[in-house]
Amino acid sequence: MSATTIGRREFIKLTIGASGGLLIGLYLPTLDAKEEAASPAEFAPNAFVRIAPDESITIIVNHSEMGQGVYTTLPMILADELDADWRNVRFESAPVDPVYNSPAFGMQATGGSTSTWSSFDPMRKAGAAARAMLIAAAAEQWKVDAAECRAAEGFVHGPSPEMKLSYGKLAEKAALLKPPAEIALKEPKDFYLIGKPLKRLDTPEKTNGKAVFGIDAKLPGMMVALVARAPVFGAKLKTWNSKKAEAVKGVRKVVEVPSGVAVLADGFWAAYQGRDALEIEWDEGALANFSSRSQREEYAALAEKPGLAARKDGDAATALAGAPKKIEAVYEVPYLSHAMMEPLNCTVDLRSDSCEIWTGTQFQTGDRAAAAQIAGLKPESVQLHTTFLGGGFGRRGNPMADFVSEAVHVAKAAGAPAKVKVIWTREDDMHGGYYRPAYLHAIEGSVDAGGMPHAWSHRIVGQSIAAGTPFEGALVKNGIDETSVEGAADIPYAIPNIQVEYQPVKLAVPVLWWRSVGHSHNAFVVESFLDELAAAGGKDPYELRRTLLAKHPRELGVLNLAAEKAGWGRRLVKGRGRGIAVHASFGSYVAEVVEASVEGGDVRVHRVVCAVDCGGFVNPQIIEQQLQGAVVFGLTAALYGELTFEKGRVQQSNFNDYQMLRMAECPEIEVHIVQSKEKMGGIGEPGVPPSAPALVNAIFQATGKRIRKLPIRMSEAA
Amino acid sequence: MISFTVNGKPVSLDADASMPLLWALRDLLGLTGTKFGCGIAQCGACTVHIDGEATRSCVTPVSSIAGKKITTIEGLPPDLANPIQQAWIEVDVPQCGYCQSGQIMSAAGLLREKSKPTDKDIDDAMTGNICRCGTYPRIRQAIHRAAELMATRGGK
Repeated sequence: MSATTIGRREFIKLTIGASGGLLIGLYLPTLDAKEEAASPAEFAPNAFVRIAPDESITIIVNHSEMGQGVYTTLPMILADELDADWRNVRFESAPVDPVYNSPAFGMQATGGSTSTWSSFDPMRKAGAAARAMLIAAAAEQWKVDAAECRAAEGFVHGPSPEMKLSYGKLAEKAALLKPPAEIALKEPKDFYLIGKPLKRLDTPEKTNGKAVFGIDAKLPGMMVALVARAPVFGAKLKTWNSKKAEAVKGVRKVVEVPSGVAVLADGFWAAYQGRDALEIEWDEGALANFSSRSQREEYAALAEKPGLAARKDGDAATALAGAPKKIEAVYEVPYLSHAMMEPLNCTVDLRSDSCEIWTGTQFQTGDRAAAAQIAGLKPESVQLHTTFLGGGFGRRGNPMADFVSEAVHVAKAAGAPAKVKVIWTREDDMHGGYYRPAYLHAIEGSVDAGGMPHAWSHRIVGQSIAAGTPFEGALVKNGIDETSVEGAADIPYAIPNIQVEYQPVKLAVPVLWWRSVGHSHNAFVVESFLDELAAAGGKDPYELRRTLLAKHPRELGVLNLAAEKAGWGRRLVKGRGRGIAVHASFGSYVAEVVEASVEGGDVRVHRVVCAVDCGGFVNPQIIEQQLQGAVVFGLTAALYGELTFEKGRVQQSNFNDYQMLRMAECPEIEVHIVQSKEKMGGIGEPGVPPSAPALVNAIFQATGKRIRKLPIRMSEAA
Repeated sequence: MISFTVNGKPVSLDADASMPLLWALRDLLGLTGTKFGCGIAQCGACTVHIDGEATRSCVTPVSSIAGKKITTIEGLPPDLANPIQQAWIEVDVPQCGYCQSGQIMSAAGLLREKSKPTDKDIDDAMTGNICRCGTYPRIRQAIHRAAELMATRGGK
């Protein structure tokens, strides 16, 4: 056992729960303490674990479950230190309270692949403290020294064999004890849950229709609302007439809100028909003639001009000017929709003095603050219930709190008391903004006489995600949005002359983080262009990477593992090509080898081999799931993902013209995990970035054609 | 009034004839296990069985189902529900879980027709169901596993 002293600002608060059991919460210092300390009423009872006399152990999870498995991994961490009987463990989603702030953000939020690593120590300490108190309670009952007692799988055992008490039986007594001054954590070799491929706790209810997502929230007397939003970003409402809408059976109210006109009805179908019957005129504003074509021309022109320096090693300009062999390329990626399977929605019960919200959100602190401001209430008068999220991918973590704010506006316009669920249709969701930004990359490189990359000059043109949001101060440094250049400014390759620049664009199209954020496009460009340089220098793409990564053991480790498992260099079925890519993001390292072929212009992905080094880990089965899912997500964008604009309007609207990878196209996906003692990294996002470049590199090997624009269209190949 | 059977129980609804069955189930009957994903029969999240056949409820007007037998995820009969749910749990299929009701209803439709489906059968039956989390490899594995479970239980 290693003892860690509880930090000066950490303390443990205990109360006896409603069920008479032990309720224990470990308070941790938070980064935004000053903001939250202003409202002392925030200090409601807080807890990470509740043990009831019936032996049930409820572990409260402060991160949103959007498929990434936190309702299983976080309980595993706590339960391991608690020495709980895993069969008795259940999860509960945390209410909004500073005690549940993410240690990574100082706010209650889920994103950036941070949940498991950032909660690892707090959950361990919470479990260990509870275990110590249960042991102390048993020792007191038996009148023996606590050091003579030990805990195992839900029981405390004393020095003699008949001394055995269950946690449920000890709960009430333990709740009356003082918290330990020191918390003894286990040695990792003693973990019996952490590191095991345990089944997810949320699976049963996700196979029988019982899992409650935001869209399933039900309140007596609730109305369903659909909002007619501007057809063009930045358009203003000019006039509207609701006469025909109000004539639709089931329509209750039609109200104006900042985002448009809301039709409130008895149910979805009446609201939908009512919204169709609205007559609205818009002043379409500055983007009325915006098109993807004009945007591309502007970006291409900006790419000719120097940008803000994000990295400068050596002198790339001079090296390129004198280079015997030089390549210039323009890479492009489009706007993308997150397209979570559950369209956006938010249910609000607004009363004169309080407000209750049910939604699947990744950003509880921000959403609640926005709701409180709109409702004219104190944040503590707003209760937000986090349901299951039918996918998030970043869209449900919006600094602008768009879908929650709008729902509160609708309830407010309808007049409190009002119970209303705002549902977005798929079309609303796809037209509603907050996209992965479109980018244009101008990149040049050269190889020396030995065929080794010698100069690298990369200019990134596109919108900043953070600019103009409350996160601008934290994420934009010297005009450079870190999320725009991540994965490009920090390339690990040993190239003597590297220059990376960012050319920010201001545009009223709302943009947001999209699973893997800047890495989603930068890895595509970096890993594709490195292949171009390998070809220019006559090098094998895998061997070249090995040489250039000699001083980066973790990148090298996953690269070698993926290449070995994929059989790099071995003969392939005729017509197939292999492509490789390696990329570090969110504290983890992933290499992927894709096998693909092109038949009649159609790309077919046959096999993907992934190797991941995410440091220490909690549940290898969930890591495999996340990697498989990330590959499908990355390939979907590479093969199909594209939103385009014409006359200010998004041209795509639903899964018929914004396609997803489907069962019949899904390749075989293998995942290999590096056993590592390094610091734990993230796992939700790092599998996405290498998928697109590994695929286009495979297409190059199969066909000799270079794809520089996503989504992949063989007719546009170079 | 439109009368039909849902999960073995007769129901009569006073609903707009154009209302999709999906919204009748969710808003009028409180059966929210059936999900809304696209509204145009492109994603399969709304899949139910109508007289035993896997159907997209989001484009099925209630006027077309008078007298028919509707089965939703909540009422899948045990001979199908038990092995499928057991297989889904064993294989740890769901991630966010939103599409899984539809996936299971499509898989149940397949298994009812083919007790030992091939990979090609699975592709054909399941390709109308999108999973944004990318659980396809495990759905495939779980369907094979469910078929095994049904065979060992002396199912059909």
